[in-house]
Amino acid sequence: MKNMSEKSDQKPPASEAVASFDGGRTGVLSKLTNLIYTMPAIVPLFVLTLAVAIFGILLGDRFLSPFALTLILQQVAIIGIVAMAQSLVILTAGIDLSVGAVMILSSVVMGKFSVDLGLPQEIAIICGLLCGLICGLISGFLVAVVKLPPFIVTLGMWQIVLATVFLYSGSEVIRSQTIAAEAPLLQFFGKTVSIAGANFTYGVIFLLLLVAGLTYALGQTAWGRHVYAVGDDPAAAELAGVNVRKTLISVYALAGLICAFAGWVLIGRIGSVSPQSGQFANIESITAVVIGGISLFGGRGSVAGTLFGALIVGVFTLGLRLLGLDVQWTYLLIGLLIILAVGVDQRIRKASL
Amino acid sequence: MTKQTILSARGLVKRYGRVTALDRCDFDLYPGEVLAVIGDNGAGKSSMIKALSGAIQPDEGEILVEGKSVRFSSPIGAREYGIETVYQTLALSPALSIADNMFMGREIRKSGMMGRVFKQLDKARMRQLSREKLSELGLMTIQSIDQAVETLSGGQRQGVAVARAAAFGSRVIIMDEPTAALGVKESRKVLDLILTVKEKGMPIILISHNMPHVFEVADRIHIHRLGRRLCVVNPGDCKMSDAVALMTGAMSADEIGQSA
Amino acid sequence: MKIMTAGLAGLAISAAAAGSAAAAGSVCLITKDATNPFFVKMAEGAFAKAAELGVELRSFAGRFDGDHETQVAAIETCVASGVDGILLVASDTSAITSSVQTARDAGLLVIALDTPLDPIDAADMTFATDNFQAGVLIGEWAARTMGDTSDARIGLLNINVSQPTVGVLRNQGFLTGFGIDIGDPNRWGDEDDPRIVGHEVSNGNAEGGRQGMENLLAIDPTINLVYTINEPAAAGAYEALRSFGRQDDVMIVSVDGGCPGVEDVAAGVIGATAQQYPLQMAALGVEAVAHYAATGELPEPTDGKDFFDTGVGLVTDAPVDGMEQLSVEEGRALCWG
Repeated sequence: MKNMSEKSDQKPPASEAVASFDGGRTGVLSKLTNLIYTMPAIVPLFVLTLAVAIFGILLGDRFLSPFALTLILQQVAIIGIVAMAQSLVILTAGIDLSVGAVMILSSVVMGKFSVDLGLPQEIAIICGLLCGLICGLISGFLVAVVKLPPFIVTLGMWQIVLATVFLYSGSEVIRSQTIAAEAPLLQFFGKTVSIAGANFTYGVIFLLLLVAGLTYALGQTAWGRHVYAVGDDPAAAELAGVNVRKTLISVYALAGLICAFAGWVLIGRIGSVSPQSGQFANIESITAVVIGGISLFGGRGSVAGTLFGALIVGVFTLGLRLLGLDVQWTYLLIGLLIILAVGVDQRIRKASL
Repeated sequence: MTKQTILSARGLVKRYGRVTALDRCDFDLYPGEVLAVIGDNGAGKSSMIKALSGAIQPDEGEILVEGKSVRFSSPIGAREYGIETVYQTLALSPALSIADNMFMGREIRKSGMMGRVFKQLDKARMRQLSREKLSELGLMTIQSIDQAVETLSGGQRQGVAVARAAAFGSRVIIMDEPTAALGVKESRKVLDLILTVKEKGMPIILISHNMPHVFEVADRIHIHRLGRRLCVVNPGDCKMSDAVALMTGAMSADEIGQSA
Repeated sequence: MKIMTAGLAGLAISAAAAGSAAAAGSVCLITKDATNPFFVKMAEGAFAKAAELGVELRSFAGRFDGDHETQVAAIETCVASGVDGILLVASDTSAITSSVQTARDAGLLVIALDTPLDPIDAADMTFATDNFQAGVLIGEWAARTMGDTSDARIGLLNINVSQPTVGVLRNQGFLTGFGIDIGDPNRWGDEDDPRIVGHEVSNGNAEGGRQGMENLLAIDPTINLVYTINEPAAAGAYEALRSFGRQDDVMIVSVDGGCPGVEDVAAGVIGATAQQYPLQMAALGVEAVAHYAATGELPEPTDGKDFFDTGVGLVTDAPVDGMEQLSVEEGRALCWG
């Protein structure tokens, strides 16, 4: 017996030697692959830095000013927040097509409850947030308990929620001035903090806090580990003792709540409550998530990556506009980035086998 | 019976419609032993193992832990009695680290404010415990405890799964086909690992189709046939070919002079 | 696709009692989508008129602006159900013409509402706002309000990159009214006047309006005149200006005349807006089909135009000399949505 365990103790130096030999042979490339593997967010961060540098060279101060750079943050704040919700769902190997619709429903509820029903603005906001939470809970229940595919569940929810929005609101806009007079708290996230030409809306600050909070929750709590485990292999997670059902429901519910906050931030940004907004939020959020390096197969990636993904889209959009190029060039480049990002993801997954 | 069984079953019955998977099945595991369970496909051995690990609930009969009757409503229920299972699929999350996997579903939180209010994990402690457990089993061939499980070889993964079971299993470890997917070298390591775990005093139930492996590490062999225990043989007194003959019904239990 | 049926109860007698010469007929209304308030109000106007005349009305809509396939299917359904006429707000003005021809061959009266087909005579008649004229009105108002237009720094918030006819007409009308050479009248963006800072797309909503305005300000912060495709885009542009403290020194003009837009004129968000009348369009359309069903007569275009002009009014709180203008009160009385 002792002999045997000694035998298995003898093995390690040999295998380590092989590993270091491998490393020496391919050098920088293997180190790079390893880095990308352990920190997938590094790829979008690199692309982001590169894009900022290139546009900076081409456009100079017009682009590399605190004004323009923080403008990008403002422009991506809404999609960034929605993309955080989308990231959570995609980490569990799901997808949420209803994010934009839930965002709009929450903003419409906040607006209608406070302006039309005359409820106190705090109550209206809580109702709007609850609305998002409930939408998320319904999706979560259908995915986790009834075991329907997330794509189908949220495709249905998208239609249902959007129809509800239009039936309830009659497509009518609640004007910015009305809200400012009757429920100014709804525009809370539109307020701005200015530091030396850099403008940070509260919405942007909320996004940054949300990224920090989710990074902590996903990396430092049991819940976060369970989210990754469920996305990686739900059967394995279940057998290992993770409550898969509860984890999934909590993810969809939290995503719904985050979308409701996005609805609140949206009111701050456009001043008004407009049922016509956010029609493409689901696609744009998935774009940010994918460019940010989160695998659509679940279990891999980080919310920081998603933030970089959203910023990349914002940098390209503003940079190309400042260069005076047709908007179509933005779409073209974003399309290339999506395919590139998925390509990198596939490489990582292949390397892991 | 000279010794108290650590885990046993009496008269287990499990029916799926008109199919009877377990037909008044008995089972006994003694402290410190490696008990192999062999049987033809469809003999009902996996139903028995599932019942013992809490994955299914038998229709009749009872399961006893150290002589006391118990009921497991789920694998988690069995786990509470110190019965850990290493599934054939290993139940590991490939993209997560070894330490994450070791403590999946049983994470340790920090003490104090950070743990209670912010639910922060004590990662340092989990890493340390994982490292200790792996070293104990002679498995520190792994470069880093933060390595993702998918970067490990099949044998190393098996090692992590066994280490996890050994870390938490206080009474019994059930291993389902641990060598089925492995090559010769890796299988060798896993067999060594089984013996190392046994050395620590932990009884093991080993389900396997591989007769040489079974005969190498098992103290006793439970032969399952037609939904029940046909007999238990001692690998020292029984030839491999006889065990296969018993398993397939080519030989009756009486012929070998042993019975359940 | 959404199907609604109303006005079934109307008999010829009740229609006559309502003072109409037309007998009961049936008509389809097909809009670009069922969510834009403009089309919601248009459908309301059509249903009200249909109920009044005892005409059977079915309403269809694309799922979104640009949803051509659903509109084709709607035309097929209408032809199959044997209605007397179709009121169509086309998403794709040239691609839809073959379906329209099929309907006309089957003896249906096809009236294009709001958006002319390409070519315009593909439909029997077009009932629409003169979008070019709407643009001219706000352009002229802006020029007269500014007085000296040589210092103008103009940003244009258009609808989307596909340059739909309505957007082109309004944009070119605005530039013409302001006194800028438009180059090719069929597309925006080819003008070389140095006073133009740039064209952005807004998708005709507040979020797009804000982002487009931000981009324009990043290109040139000295902008002082902004044309917007519609009032939600104008409201979004105003939010962007407000966040930079520029809301008081930039003039915004717009087109539509929706009720929130008129309120925005009152509040000083929008300087002037050209108001159009979708309820009128729909009501006239229903009447024309009912008349056609009863007599077989086709509607006539407005004198000197190749379509029936449903009119456009300039709503402003700061009237200038030499133009016909509506006050905010008058605008409120006529507004939709």
